[in-house]
Amino acid sequence: MNDARPVGDPDLLDVRIARKAFRSASGAHADVLHDVAFTLPHGEVGAFVGPSGCGKTTMLRIIAGLDREFDGAVARPAGAIGMVFQEPRLLPWRTVEDNIRLIAPAIEETPLGALLDTLGLAAHRAHFPGELSLGLARRVALARAFAVEPALLILDEPFASLDRPLAVRLRDELSLLVDRRPVTTLLVTHDLDEAVRLADRLFLLSARPARIVATMPVAQPRAMRGAADITALKAAIAQQQQ
Amino acid sequence: MLRLLSLVAFFAAWLIGSALAGPQMLPGPDAVAQVIVTEARSGALFLNLAVTLARVVLAFALAMAFGTALGIAMGRMRAADRVGDPWLLILLNLPALVVIVLAYIWGGLTETATIAAVAVNKLPNTVVTVREGARALDPTLDEMARVFAMPRWRAFRHVMLPQLFPYLAAAARSGLSLVWKIVLVAELLGRPNGVGFEIGIAFQLFDVTRLLAYALTFTALVLAIETFLVQPLERRASRWRPRPA
Repeated sequence: MNDARPVGDPDLLDVRIARKAFRSASGAHADVLHDVAFTLPHGEVGAFVGPSGCGKTTMLRIIAGLDREFDGAVARPAGAIGMVFQEPRLLPWRTVEDNIRLIAPAIEETPLGALLDTLGLAAHRAHFPGELSLGLARRVALARAFAVEPALLILDEPFASLDRPLAVRLRDELSLLVDRRPVTTLLVTHDLDEAVRLADRLFLLSARPARIVATMPVAQPRAMRGAADITALKAAIAQQQQ
Repeated sequence: MLRLLSLVAFFAAWLIGSALAGPQMLPGPDAVAQVIVTEARSGALFLNLAVTLARVVLAFALAMAFGTALGIAMGRMRAADRVGDPWLLILLNLPALVVIVLAYIWGGLTETATIAAVAVNKLPNTVVTVREGARALDPTLDEMARVFAMPRWRAFRHVMLPQLFPYLAAAARSGLSLVWKIVLVAELLGRPNGVGFEIGIAFQLFDVTRLLAYALTFTALVLAIETFLVQPLERRASRWRPRPA
């Protein structure tokens, strides 16, 4: 374990995980990650696509600094981390507004209002998380992550288990937020469509133990990608996965 | 309504009991009320109630503060749990009387000894309850606080404490009634004032009226604290829970 920063760009996300293993209850070691190494320049969105259970969440936990037991090193861009977990992980005993303000006490009223407006949460400020639907709770989690003005944004299947139209809408809102204030973003998803529409750079992961099998930069800006481009990108990924 | 009926039944039983046993063994409510009024007029009632209440509050606060700290430590850290558990078992099974007598022998018949003895009696109870709560803390919220680099105090106040609250409330409820019962014993054995002292006098004189006068007023006081302080606090803290329709 080593968080030392290599010489070079202080805004670069530099991940070099040589190996991460879990010990099962029976005492056997199981490798989860193997030689996962990549860099992501400032302001880019990197999307990870891979089979479920391949170790994507484990990778994100290591990058977020929640898991320090691994061989390798992670250099994060200097500044706050904003994270959206698979579940919203809000404080049920605090209102929507307090959930955000407790994490981002420095946020001013104007940017907070704008953020809540963008995510359609303006009417829910004073509600408790228990009074929200899952879709709304996920938006609050997203708002919270953006409110800290993160240097690194980590999204772990942020739209999983939402119905399709809602997931699409949230995806567009996320795209809007990322374009408004560029932030180095890691997105893990099993939804190819989501990855292809949001990413500046796609990483394809193998089955467990996960390795990066291909890296595909996407040159076209997010807002300009048409249906044809999306289909072409998906086809390219399908080819790589064979 | 049912509560009121139950209270009426209590007084009826008291009256019947008094008629059967005679005023020497069980004086009626009117006789007890009379003594309460005389004691209140002389000021002795308020003095004794205040002294006892102060001891209850101090011992209770001490036991809750230390018990909460120890409970969190033992619930969160395996090593602390291993080290603390035998001590906890010993304290839990040590009779209150033993702790009180030892405190008076070691510390003299002082206020400090009284309060310390009562606090030690309540402490293990709080530790066990809070430890249970600390074990049940949600690790996913803990991770959230860590990723977002929440300052320790803020995380404690807004992430951990609300999760512990039901356990703290349970400890406080059982604690309040336990502490005041033990305070009376400690006062009986080694204090020159307080409700326990007065009951000791009443015992020596076989004055059941006086005994009931003090016991009932203090019980009423504890009930009032429970109704007007503990319960509203609990309601306020559980505001966020979705109410049943």
